[in-house]
Amino acid sequence: MIQIKNLSKAFSGKKILDNMNISLEKGQVLSIVGPSGGGKTTLLRCISGLETMDSGEIWIDEQQVDPTKHQEATSQIGVVFQEFNLFPHLTVLENLMLAPTLVTKKAKEDVEITANQILAKLGLKGKEKQYPFELSGGQKQRVAIARALVMHPKVLCYDEPTSALDPDLRDSIAKTILELKDEGMTQIVVTHDHEFAKKIADQLIEVASIQ
Amino acid sequence: MEIAIKVLPALLEGTKTTLLLFGLTLILSLPLGLFVGVVSTTKIQPIKALIHLYIWVIRGTPLLLQIFFIFYGLPVLSEQFVIDRMPSVVIAFVINYTAYFAEIFRGGIQSISKGQYEGAKVLGLSKWQTARKIVIPQVVKTVMPSIGNEIITLVKDTSLVYVVGLSDLMKAGRIALQRELNIIPLVVVAVIYLALTGIVTIVLKVIEKRFNYYK
Ligand SMILES: Nc1ncnc2c1ncn2[C@@H]1O[C@H](COP(=O)(O)OP(=O)(O)OP(=O)(O)O)[C@@H](O)[C@H]1O
Ligand SMILES: [Mg+2]
Repeated sequence: MIQIKNLSKAFSGKKILDNMNISLEKGQVLSIVGPSGGGKTTLLRCISGLETMDSGEIWIDEQQVDPTKHQEATSQIGVVFQEFNLFPHLTVLENLMLAPTLVTKKAKEDVEITANQILAKLGLKGKEKQYPFELSGGQKQRVAIARALVMHPKVLCYDEPTSALDPDLRDSIAKTILELKDEGMTQIVVTHDHEFAKKIADQLIEVASIQ
Repeated sequence: MEIAIKVLPALLEGTKTTLLLFGLTLILSLPLGLFVGVVSTTKIQPIKALIHLYIWVIRGTPLLLQIFFIFYGLPVLSEQFVIDRMPSVVIAFVINYTAYFAEIFRGGIQSISKGQYEGAKVLGLSKWQTARKIVIPQVVKTVMPSIGNEIITLVKDTSLVYVVGLSDLMKAGRIALQRELNIIPLVVVAVIYLALTGIVTIVLKVIEKRFNYYK
């Protein structure tokens, strides 16, 4: 379960997020919608510690966390970026294995087993040795999801997961999100696509632009 | 042809000096250039300014002048600074090439998108791990063509050392020319330089190919 309490964020004096409160049970999916420039990405970046909050607290499973301390907060919050941000010089399997072996110092053999299970689950069997440039957009996105999942995050965040995909792949990512939900993964999905948001969400928040 | 064969041993002897300078400059200035290039991306302004000054001065003045500074200039300042010919030119070349390599590496580092750093960050990689596993491997690929050009220039730049009296390939060629009163020695010198740049080009191509496994 994740709670966001009184989150505020301004950029050079301009308030983007004002006293936001979010509470999300384990296994729930939260959709964040809103107009362009409304602060959806900013909210996600605050939760994942890529921006510092001006004020506010984040609690995961009744424990306060500082998401900007990525090395301590290891594996708490996973991120699937809009542009995926896969490492182009590493194979799919290497993309997955890098952080667990380097950050959580797990044994290579164990990580590889987990990584392969996750890849299989996401329909990426046989892609282990390929490089990101050899994959389609949808496959890259699933690798990005897999890379976040091997760190066993408590919350998984997506920024505009449908934006880089063909329309017919929209249903496929929705299916993936719902499958992960069934496994108990708590997910936060930023999107400007209302229809998509409603399809996956247990909870829907609209970020309005604050003038 | 006879003359060519006659002067060849002396020219090859000179080639040794040329190669020694080439090798030492590369071995020292490549890692130094990477280091300076990485440091130059710091947010600490005084350090940044200092590196900019260094690169500006070195790239804005002739290498020949820099060699003169170290070999002829420093001894005028103090006798403590009298340095032998070979160490002098190695120092000048390393200072010079480090600046060029640093600038190339800096450009390479800045070409890595913010997304790569953020991707690494949210996975919990430290700055050092990100540099080592994500940034540097990609930078090496992007900078290879520019580094390669500099390395080929270096082969030819080594001929500058003949002004301080080092017996490199260039000087050996001039001596042979004067002794034989024939143009053939210079042709042989040209052929040797062509062979050297040719080999370097092939080696660089092979290395570049190695990095073609991803885009
Ligand atoms: N690093 C930053 N520095 C200054 N202003 C920023 C920064 N990041 C975002 N902003 C501003 O904050 C506002 C919200 O941006 P944000 O990217 O969060 O919007 P969004 O809801 O994700 O929009 P979109 O739907 O277009 O992706 C915008 O006005 C943007 O210009
Ligand atoms: Mg956005």
